[in-house]
Amino acid sequence: MLKAKVTVTLKKSILDPQGSAVEKALKSMGYKVDEVRIGKFMEVTLPEAARENATEMMHEICHKLLSNPVIEDYSFELEDKE
Amino acid sequence: MKIGIVRFPGSNCEVDVWEAWRVLGQEPKMLWHQETSVRGYDLIVLPGGFSYGDYLRTGAIARFSPIMEDVIHFAHEGGMVLGICNGFQILTECGLLPGALLRNKDLHFLCQPQYLRVERTDLAFTSLYQEGEVIQIPINHGEGNYSIDDAGLKELEENGQVVFRYVDKTGVENELGNPNGSRHNIAGIVNRTGNVLGMMPHPERVVEEIVGGTDGQRLLLSLVQAWERRMQYGA
Repeated sequence: MLKAKVTVTLKKSILDPQGSAVEKALKSMGYKVDEVRIGKFMEVTLPEAARENATEMMHEICHKLLSNPVIEDYSFELEDKE
Repeated sequence: MKIGIVRFPGSNCEVDVWEAWRVLGQEPKMLWHQETSVRGYDLIVLPGGFSYGDYLRTGAIARFSPIMEDVIHFAHEGGMVLGICNGFQILTECGLLPGALLRNKDLHFLCQPQYLRVERTDLAFTSLYQEGEVIQIPINHGEGNYSIDDAGLKELEENGQVVFRYVDKTGVENELGNPNGSRHNIAGIVNRTGNVLGMMPHPERVVEEIVGGTDGQRLLLSLVQAWERRMQYGA
């Protein structure tokens, strides 16, 4: 079996109010941080039969549903699942 | 006039919309999200709520529910579609309207009356308003922060696609009057062909004095009037 680890982040040009709130909290706790951006992490498990077209299919899945290309970027890694 | 209101799992304003139309003398029908056809309808309303629990992104999963394929087809053929709140979010997710709705700027969920300025009155949705008129319609959302890239924003403005803008009491668009951080104080937009309108405020909640106002009434009545005109003259 295969596992796809998907990361979805807001595009750089999009303000991230959640990230800013967390950033302020960290600063008020005394940590020296520059910026916090919040994204999403997803794991998609694929059957052996999907191995051949896995990359292509994951791009399609990410583009159609897992991310909204208007506001988000995505990336993924494929790895063997034990 | 045949009005269909799409009910998704997690919708919670569909009965308000239904009731609003009934107050105005219409008999709308509820459509379950698993239906596959909206043929024969004059107007499809996507109501507010939390379709699919807002999982992943607001409207993201509803966009792929069986009925949406035909709603998209219906819209492309010129059918009238009104998306309110979560309905607006679904319309941006499925690409019928540009942009996206993000978390409110200050992260608060907002439920309050809101002043809006009507920017266009040449649409089937707004013909009974006055251009530049300030109306009050409530908002009720956590993700209403309208976002679009600079090129998209320019296009929207140049084509006059902004229908409602958040303003202060005097009708001026400023930061004070902008509840959620939306670009250019955008509260509602229409597609290029004028048949798909998405808006965050809830017109269905202000159609009777007893519930706090009637400023939403004319939006629904404009649609009825446009339909009657179509029936009379054909189009």
